[in-house]
Amino acid sequence: MVEIITNLPPELYHSQEGMGVWPYRGKVAAVGIGHTPTSRRWDERAETSVGALSIMALRNAMADAGVTPDQVDGLVVVPETTTGAYWPAGKQVNEDFLQMFEQTDDPLDGVAKLSPEWIIKNMPELTNLKTAWAAGTCTSHALTVAVEVVGRGLASVCLVLKGWHNYAGRYYQGGANAEPTVSGPTKYSAPWGGPACYGTAQQFQRYMWKYNKTHDMVAPFVINSRRNGLLFPEGYWAQHRPEPLTAEDYNEARWIAKPANLYDNDIPIMAAGAYVIASAEKARDMKQKPVYVLGHASDRTRARGIALTLEEVEEACGSSGRKLYESAGIKASDVDFENMYDGFGLFHIFHIEGLGYAGIKKGEALDLFQDDISIEGPHPVSPSGGNIGSGRTRFWLHTDSLQQIQGRAGARQISKKAEIGVSGGPTPTGGNFIIWSSTPD
Amino acid sequence: MAKQSPVPDDIDRPFWDAANEERLVIQHCSACDRLQHPPQATCYQCNSPQNLTWKQMSGKGSIYSYGVVYDTPVAVLQPQQPYNLAVIQLDEDPGINMYSHLPGAPIDNLPIGGRVELVFEATPGTGQKVPEWRLVG
Repeated sequence: MVEIITNLPPELYHSQEGMGVWPYRGKVAAVGIGHTPTSRRWDERAETSVGALSIMALRNAMADAGVTPDQVDGLVVVPETTTGAYWPAGKQVNEDFLQMFEQTDDPLDGVAKLSPEWIIKNMPELTNLKTAWAAGTCTSHALTVAVEVVGRGLASVCLVLKGWHNYAGRYYQGGANAEPTVSGPTKYSAPWGGPACYGTAQQFQRYMWKYNKTHDMVAPFVINSRRNGLLFPEGYWAQHRPEPLTAEDYNEARWIAKPANLYDNDIPIMAAGAYVIASAEKARDMKQKPVYVLGHASDRTRARGIALTLEEVEEACGSSGRKLYESAGIKASDVDFENMYDGFGLFHIFHIEGLGYAGIKKGEALDLFQDDISIEGPHPVSPSGGNIGSGRTRFWLHTDSLQQIQGRAGARQISKKAEIGVSGGPTPTGGNFIIWSSTPD
Repeated sequence: MAKQSPVPDDIDRPFWDAANEERLVIQHCSACDRLQHPPQATCYQCNSPQNLTWKQMSGKGSIYSYGVVYDTPVAVLQPQQPYNLAVIQLDEDPGINMYSHLPGAPIDNLPIGGRVELVFEATPGTGQKVPEWRLVG
């Protein structure tokens, strides 16, 4: 019987400053990457359900690592799969899906969410699986849990899974947003009707005022990210809409919550991604060059008021940078490339300022963007292209980081050395971040 | 601006009852001498429920920041786009902030740091009044 853990203890996370170097520094490695085709929305077939995609991604990751299913003893699953689309109330789950897959008690498992149980039931080849963890929200969290449990010896070959579903209809429309009243904790914000990017937008408005910057200074970053995304064959834009983005496209795009426009947001898609994390010892015998974990850090900042402020974000990002370098035993200048999250592109600015990437301080990211931030340059920004470049998955940043260090980022391979990189997210507050390295020390 | 009606619960009913009387009250822990918003069952700092009271505010504040919404997912607000959505800080404690549509203000190009004062607006769903803010000066 597989032990399934849903309550994750706070000790798993490096969430305070002063915790010192990560005790498992260099003892854990990423060894496999698995992806699936992307699509804009679900076409309602069983073969393209989020559950089916998830199984495909996990099998691809194992094959990539050269690992057989019976070697796997750990599994970390992100239970939420929604991009902002919800299963319509009263709609029946498709018959062909019910025929193809084993069910759990939750009828939406595998179509609108994932549980470790669903994966276990539908992947009987994982005969030696001992423990499974449910790590909420996103890939960065799941990877952090995986590297920590492997470090602690709770697993030695651990799969990590993030799947996404997307349905017909507009983002976050309907449901509670169409009701005449609002109950619960969102009653202090939802009635004022900010779209999802609003929080970042008002922080960026304050940022422009504070540092005397303008929105069009962001254009080179978004253009660079789309360029990198078009060089990512696993990504949505490369697969379905290979359209370069120009400065004019960016600066003339419609506003969503000004100062955030359409291209300051990412496009929701369907896809699944999976990784294999192993102990450094086991990693030695595997197919790919191991990418060692030097350290990780987590943010647990809570807003003082209803709205998270720019100052709270800047403090959180700066603290995450300090925690990361402390955990990994490195300095900011040791980082060769960064793949911080960009789901709302504007907060990438806060992430990299917090890291002190390329020597920048608060208020200087937009100046950096006017310089060479390409993959060919001296300080590549988001070589993965992130969500901006490949669609909303929260895993391009990790895949690219591993591929850069392994020398298999293909057309996106950065020109400078790729020995130490950082990836994580999603947001400046509440995120999880990892330092990856080509060597264990 | 017509918006959805917040529904009070057992913890925050005093906030919404005061709003119906056109008063803004914020939770205050007398042990920590600390304001907190949104209302909680306990003081966020000392975790005790015992020293929480409701303090009436002056109704004076300033604009911390804002955005202009062009594409909201909220049905009742969609016909009213584009609209201002500001973050207001209270004079009593700039750490206490809340949202506002800034009724009466021109759309966009708002003064960060601009002075605002409290007004109340009835919402169509249940008639519940909500705090809002107007530019002054």
